[in-house]
Amino acid sequence: MDSAATNAWKIFDEVKPDMKPKEVMEEANRCLFCFDAPCMKACPTHIDVPLFIKKITTGNMKGSARIIMEANPVAATCARVCPTEELCEGACVLNDASLPIMIGDLQRHTMNWAMKNNPQLFEAGEQNGKRVAVIGAGPAGLSSARELARYGYQVTVFEKQAEAGGLDTYGIVPFRLPKHVALWEVEQIKKLGVSIQTNTEVGKDVSIQAVLDGFDAVILAIGMAHVPPLGIPGEELDGVFDAIQLIERVKSGHVTDRFSGKKAVVIGAGNTAIDAATCLKRLGAARVQIVYRRSEKEMTAYPFEYRFAKEEGIEFRWQTQPKRIEGDENGNVTSVVCAPIMLGEKDASGRRRPIEIDNAPFPMNTDVVVKAIGQMRDVPLIEAFDLAHDHGVVAVDPLTYQTSNPKVYAAGDVIFGNGKGEAMVVAAAEQGKKTAQAIHEQLLSKI
Amino acid sequence: MADLHIDFAGIKSKNPFWLASGPPTNTGYQVQRAFDAGWGGAVWKTLGDPVINVTSRFSGLNYGGQRVAGFNNIELITDRPLEVNLREIRETKRAYPDHAIIASLMVEPKQEKWHEIVKRVEDVGVDGLELNFGCPHGMAERGMGSASGQVPELVEKQTYWTKEAAETPVIVKLTPNITDITATAYAAAQGGADAISMINTINSLMGVDLDTWNTIPNVAGKGTHGGYCGPAVKPIALSMVAECATQPDIPVPISGIGGIENWQDAAEFMLMGASSVQVCTAAMHHGFRIVEDMIDGLNNYLDEKGLASVSDLVGRSVSKYKKWGDLDLNHKVVARINQDYCIHCNKCHIACEDAAHQCIEFYTESDGTRALKVREQDCVGCNLCSIVCPAEGAIDMIDQPSDVSMTWNERQRLISTFGG
Repeated sequence: MDSAATNAWKIFDEVKPDMKPKEVMEEANRCLFCFDAPCMKACPTHIDVPLFIKKITTGNMKGSARIIMEANPVAATCARVCPTEELCEGACVLNDASLPIMIGDLQRHTMNWAMKNNPQLFEAGEQNGKRVAVIGAGPAGLSSARELARYGYQVTVFEKQAEAGGLDTYGIVPFRLPKHVALWEVEQIKKLGVSIQTNTEVGKDVSIQAVLDGFDAVILAIGMAHVPPLGIPGEELDGVFDAIQLIERVKSGHVTDRFSGKKAVVIGAGNTAIDAATCLKRLGAARVQIVYRRSEKEMTAYPFEYRFAKEEGIEFRWQTQPKRIEGDENGNVTSVVCAPIMLGEKDASGRRRPIEIDNAPFPMNTDVVVKAIGQMRDVPLIEAFDLAHDHGVVAVDPLTYQTSNPKVYAAGDVIFGNGKGEAMVVAAAEQGKKTAQAIHEQLLSKI
Repeated sequence: MADLHIDFAGIKSKNPFWLASGPPTNTGYQVQRAFDAGWGGAVWKTLGDPVINVTSRFSGLNYGGQRVAGFNNIELITDRPLEVNLREIRETKRAYPDHAIIASLMVEPKQEKWHEIVKRVEDVGVDGLELNFGCPHGMAERGMGSASGQVPELVEKQTYWTKEAAETPVIVKLTPNITDITATAYAAAQGGADAISMINTINSLMGVDLDTWNTIPNVAGKGTHGGYCGPAVKPIALSMVAECATQPDIPVPISGIGGIENWQDAAEFMLMGASSVQVCTAAMHHGFRIVEDMIDGLNNYLDEKGLASVSDLVGRSVSKYKKWGDLDLNHKVVARINQDYCIHCNKCHIACEDAAHQCIEFYTESDGTRALKVREQDCVGCNLCSIVCPAEGAIDMIDQPSDVSMTWNERQRLISTFGG
């Protein structure tokens, strides 16, 4: 690789360095080792935070890693992408007395140790003769697979992509979450005898009937799909991109210079919009603006993501609604025409309703438009399984994660939506765990 | 500004802060640097027949990420020729006439040996002598140091021999490696000591290296017990000072030593009866400049308490130090949690539940939040909750109105009166 290419890739190195050894010990020793600790309760996977931190102070790094991964099979990823200030760190009792413990950074430190030293933390359970199929190797699917393997199930994971990990591998920018982190987590699960069949799309490469017939239970953990159309004129122009696909390309190592020196507009203000915008900046875009029809208050990106974007030089245009994309005679994007928005009463989602201000459209000159307004659902697959759903959100029993077909369970983003919960990696991991528990309880009587 | 001058058994010093005999007082260069930094006096590293020291020598006890909660050493007395030390003492005293230099001495328990060394060090102008009957390692194997200091008769006899020759005040430094330090303190007083100082270091083995299985510290893979000191020994030293200060038949001034590293520690020793204090480990950890805040802090404290002189502080807590049998059995305190300051770490709850009297309970406040309260009728007032509480002001120990005072001793007397 020539030096230019090496440098180009370097800008995608993980932004945040590991804590320094002294910093680790000072911070770990600052933890009060609370009883019935609020950080542990605030973590969706209920990691025993005081205990993993205590183990850091005694040099028991293997024990520390075991405590973390026991609760969360994708903890190396979560240590990088969790909104910790809203979860564990937000609940730390020291918020009131001094500064909260940097739980996320300490977890990342322990997980970095684990990735470097590769200890065997868990063993597969004694085979119980039951087979479970998991569709989708994202955090929910991997988490359920890990738990089922520990219970003694023979688990097969079907993944349509070339590599497992789902959004962790393909959907989060490498400078926040390097791909090798997600792939290491996949390796840990493979070590327990879980078979992960990549490049295998259920409904195409494997029939749905074969999956339903060949296994004692099926977990649907297919997440979500691509960004939906904006539904405005000009979407077909050259220079309009899907944020998920853009990040996927970069994550797969395709560094392009086509954004170099260009102006870009990212539509939407969620986690993916931030990732896409910061990614464009690193690919050399001269100016990157995020346009969002609501205000700073309503955006779904986390405060730490917003801070990061601002540090990276991303501009935010609030209360701005794209109306149409315009291009030149060659079909290349030249501008987005937007309308200003005022916010009205709160709507069903509890957010203030955007109301367009008429007769005031204005153009924003741009070469690139990136859509990041949420994700579509794989409704055809859900319907091929004949599962009850609401606009692609699969209906499940909140305790057992069972769908309308009692043999089929669902976890992760495929059940996220309609105002319930947050589409976090850590939530998907917990749902995967709980689904595995539920399956074990259901099938246990038959073992 | 309060007056920090002291007159310790005739040794005058512009403040009560002396460097204790040890590595920081090994040379004239060091002692002069210390005097420049503000130390009132220095006890020169122990003189005697020169020895050969080993490497390595020291080790530190770390706690919770902090260095040197305790410290241990296997260094012996000075390994430099006596003539060199005496020349440097003379030079230092000449350059710093207003500072106190005390010579620490250790020789074989023979009358002529003591007479000889006393004459030689007094000849160079020291302000006083300190007899090292304390070092627990090395020299003790040769019948000196704590081997002398653990036998009251030897303490008395050697003190007496020193006094026969000495013209300057004689301080006897005592070892804590003994069941009852008042026995040797009494012996020193009987032998004619002008003052006593305590404590020397405590027998210790700092640790074992988990990789090599060597002792810590080690000398070519072998180790031995060493002298323990530093912040961790302060409570032991303070109790020994208190034991001696409360004995009417030990009517000599006390120089307090053991874990003192700031003016607060110093003030505590002085309240408990010490009229000078000596510092070593803290200077080894941070350098001589720590004395600046010792002087400044003590000064401000004395002003705040309305005391004109540091000597007014000495001994003010001695009458409060009693035998257990003189404590009031009817007195009661209970813990009370101050919800305004509580940060809900629940450490008090689990400490009480697992290790005390199971009387700190969860309850739900009217707004649904969970909080803790003390079931006061079952609280024995042990302090454990307030000790483990990390939030200043969150747990108070509240005095309860009690009946007439009744100590164990009074109770036993009453029982024998009624019973008899």
